[in-house]
Amino acid sequence: MRKISARAITEAIYQAIRKISFAPDPDVTRLLKEAQNNESSPLARDALSIILENHRLSPTLQIPLCQDTGSTILFAEIGIEACLAEPLSQSLNRAIIRAQQEIPLRASIVQDPLFPRVNTGDNSPGIVHITQVEGDGLRLTIGQKGGGAENTSFLKMFTPATGANDIVEYITAKVLAAHSRPCPPLILGIGIGGNFETAPLLAKRALFEKLGRPHPDPQYRALEEQITEGINAAGCGVQGLGGNHTVLATHILSEPCHIASLPVAVNVQCHAHRHITVEVSRETN
Amino acid sequence: MKQINLTLPYHPESFADFAPGTKVLLNGVVYTARDMAHKRILQLIEDKKELPFDLQETAIFHCGPSPARPGAICGAIGPTTSSRMGPYIPALVDAGLRVIIGKGNIDQSYQNYMTNHRAIFLVAIGGASAVLSQHVVSCETFLWSDLGAEAVYRMELRDFPCYIPL
Repeated sequence: MRKISARAITEAIYQAIRKISFAPDPDVTRLLKEAQNNESSPLARDALSIILENHRLSPTLQIPLCQDTGSTILFAEIGIEACLAEPLSQSLNRAIIRAQQEIPLRASIVQDPLFPRVNTGDNSPGIVHITQVEGDGLRLTIGQKGGGAENTSFLKMFTPATGANDIVEYITAKVLAAHSRPCPPLILGIGIGGNFETAPLLAKRALFEKLGRPHPDPQYRALEEQITEGINAAGCGVQGLGGNHTVLATHILSEPCHIASLPVAVNVQCHAHRHITVEVSRETN
Repeated sequence: MKQINLTLPYHPESFADFAPGTKVLLNGVVYTARDMAHKRILQLIEDKKELPFDLQETAIFHCGPSPARPGAICGAIGPTTSSRMGPYIPALVDAGLRVIIGKGNIDQSYQNYMTNHRAIFLVAIGGASAVLSQHVVSCETFLWSDLGAEAVYRMELRDFPCYIPL
């Protein structure tokens, strides 16, 4: 059994948050540059050049990529031979509070959604999802998710009579209806299968796939391409300024589901796509 | 791409200059307001109390900045989704507001209300906070500091890039 200290975990999460607050995903930078080279709208081209300049300036000036420094999401893969010194949510929240104070990040979390909406003041708590795996490792995927794009995400419980084309049409219509509210150009994470609670989780996991990777299954790959191309042909564009780049990439993940069900969840991600995966190594213990 | 400068206060006589698809470099003092600040401003209007700033002279920026590091003018600066503030727009326009900075589209009825009053909606780029912060000359908490990021900040902008949406 490998023991992992609370200090090692908190430090790893803090450093990860610090990094993604300023450092853009290099794959997003690459896709934005490609978009700029193929952009039909002069306004959108201008906006893309400002966004790309932001990728350069944010790490240099140590000013966050986006003022919405988001809610903090942690997906952990914990080896069955690893023993954590405290519940992961405690380590996460300590890292979030330190990041909020020291970087500093915006405090964007309210204690209760309704009664009353009072800011917690330190951007905690974060959100944790745990998967058990073989071995004694601890692998952490950390994301910062802004509210605007999250608000336009959606879930629908289809039934097996639904065809792949119906799903493409539904997703295309919903994303276009959101127009520029989620801050396009977007990344779409799509979860198909599972059930009412796992399809959205799958959609979020899909966002953390390597950007622009082709789906290993040619049928899903075709769906991803249809969704991206269909939305991009409709002309909302970068920040709603027109042109042909509303979506940078679409990622689908699928999993088994009930014979009566066909859940489809879409997690919408803005271009300020902040995520990282780190391994809590033996040396940091 | 047509580009014009706007130094506040904006004069509605120049409304025709702000055609869809125009890039606007904005100069002057603006006040931020998000959901909670809008609720409070509307309450002041309903209670017929004096507003903390003259809406005709300025602009409202749908923005909740991140905190500034010690010694910095401001933290990360950028627009939040304006459609959430749509229901507050008519009352603010009636009270004199003519310039709103935000992002995303607002409902057609509120857009029409603005157009009918020659008010303009300027779209700033979301997720470009380091760049936008370089166009902020000063930034201070102006009102309702209990709201944190949702407080009203007074900001002076210089050549702040935005667009008249299509």
